[in-house]
Amino acid sequence: MSEPLLDLEDLRISFPAGPERLNAVRGLDLRIGAGETLCLVGESGCGKSLTAMSLMGLLPREAQVGAGRFRLLGRDMARARPRDWAGLRGRGLSMIFQDPMTSLNPVLGVGRQLTEGVIATGGLSRAAAEARAVELLERVGIARAASRLGQYPHQFSGGQRQRLMIAMALMSRPRLLIADEPTTALDVTIQAQILRLLAELQRDLGLGLLLITHDLGVVAAIADRVAVMYAGRIVETGPAADIFNAPAHPYTRGLMAAIPVPGRTPRGALLPAIPGRVPGLTGRLEGCAFRERCSVAVPACAVRAPQPAGAHRTECHLATEAAP
Amino acid sequence: MLVYLLRRLVVAFCVCLAVSVLSFALIFLAGDPAIAIAGSGGSARDAEAVRIAYGFDRPFAVQYLDWIGHVLTGDLGRSIYFNMPVTEIIGSRLPVTLVLGGLAFLAALAVALPLGILAALKPEGALDRAALLLAVTGQAVPSFWLGLMAIVVFGVWTGWVPISGLASWQGYILPVAVLAFSAMPAMMRITRSGMIEVLGSDYVRTARAKGLPAGQVILSHALRNAVLPLVSLAAVQLGVLLSGSIVIESVFAINGLGRLAWESLLRADLPVVQAIILILSAVYVLLTTAGDLLNAWLDPRIRGAG
Repeated sequence: MSEPLLDLEDLRISFPAGPERLNAVRGLDLRIGAGETLCLVGESGCGKSLTAMSLMGLLPREAQVGAGRFRLLGRDMARARPRDWAGLRGRGLSMIFQDPMTSLNPVLGVGRQLTEGVIATGGLSRAAAEARAVELLERVGIARAASRLGQYPHQFSGGQRQRLMIAMALMSRPRLLIADEPTTALDVTIQAQILRLLAELQRDLGLGLLLITHDLGVVAAIADRVAVMYAGRIVETGPAADIFNAPAHPYTRGLMAAIPVPGRTPRGALLPAIPGRVPGLTGRLEGCAFRERCSVAVPACAVRAPQPAGAHRTECHLATEAAP
Repeated sequence: MLVYLLRRLVVAFCVCLAVSVLSFALIFLAGDPAIAIAGSGGSARDAEAVRIAYGFDRPFAVQYLDWIGHVLTGDLGRSIYFNMPVTEIIGSRLPVTLVLGGLAFLAALAVALPLGILAALKPEGALDRAALLLAVTGQAVPSFWLGLMAIVVFGVWTGWVPISGLASWQGYILPVAVLAFSAMPAMMRITRSGMIEVLGSDYVRTARAKGLPAGQVILSHALRNAVLPLVSLAAVQLGVLLSGSIVIESVFAINGLGRLAWESLLRADLPVVQAIILILSAVYVLLTTAGDLLNAWLDPRIRGAG
């Protein structure tokens, strides 16, 4: 088996917060193989977007990043400097952002914004880059692509802008595409179109795709593997079917229970919610971060559970005991 | 773009028209011009004679149309004090002020733009703090004091430049530097704050994610957005500099427009004052219109490309 696109072990991201440090990501392991779709799910503030930004080297200056192992597209990025990131961005690594309304430069033509990346990183001529841009715009579903290269972002709708962003990310023919909540800012009807498009492109181009979302419906539709994140750690990871059929971590089970199922969830019934709130991330956090909100917590939860090796891993004492 | 251009030009024309009425009316608001011309020693009969000789007894509208008709044919009237055509007097003063103001503007911009960008790259860094100190100094130190000190140090002590007048090109150095020093801070600070805001924007992050080199991200993605407010400010600043500085022209003994305006006011030389107000207003209207057009060229959303 070839080397995975991303091999991350014990990723830690922290920020200065007064006298202490805010530990936003607290030891995260993540692997993505070539052509694989991994969905990283979790609620707001659990550190999923920070993880994505750290994979692009785009964290704010004051963030401190450390990792036991950090291999990205075959390069060791554990102690990467800004120069090292320049070797990956637009050269095998691309990203789609959350809000297409603000992610395009309002004063530059879309043709220029599409082509400048590959002209700078891939040494393509302007004509070759424009030909590729037209081809990709048609592929992502923008009609009369050639005539729209001279237009500006404000002349496109929200959904079209996210299609532009996807085309832009694909210009450099990436091997790993990171999509950080690419549908959150869009209308529900457009969301489905964009996701279908992403799934198709992933399959056709054999992309490695890291899709970050808090929408489990999205996950069920396109994920090969799922990683569930809570308070800066991955609490459960495994093949999508396993996670949906047999969620092992109490947090994952809570998330699944909160999804309404048409026909099965009674109309007007309150959806089950997970009680309590996310723990503060300043300073050290001992044991399982979820135990305060967990309905099945036991005294052993004060110590963090070991994660067994295997395709489906769960960071929970009870899950370990229950496993065959 | 063409529609936008036409619309801006129509607006500019209307503003000029309103300004011409106001500047003409100003003279009557300030008091009876006939008495002013007759002087403090003049009798009521003298004033009456002046009123008829200058046509002040006619209705306001007639006087205005008469005046604006002459203005449009390039005749700004005769100076009461010099008894010379106003165009000739202004023609000898305006170029001096234009060169002085233009050079000061270019000098201020040449410092403000790069310094503002560099300060924004590392906010609160050493360079940013030094730039802030420079900006605060430039805004706080009165230009007459700075001008006098500059004359003492560079003119009297070291003798590097002439102490007054514009007989040689070296004469321009001190007044241009002093003018630029007071005009620079505002432009530098607006460049800095614009750049800081834009550098934190999502589209700059997109540009970096594409793998563009840092220089290209800063100059073609960030700067183009950050200069929009600077253009509007710079148009006004240039207007201020081109209208001439009474203080600087007095300190450096320069016969520019600022001094002429001040002296003419003291002499109640109304045609000259009127003409200067009209010309400066037209310059302002021209500059702000030019600034708007430049911004429309920079930002497709303003010009309504579609």
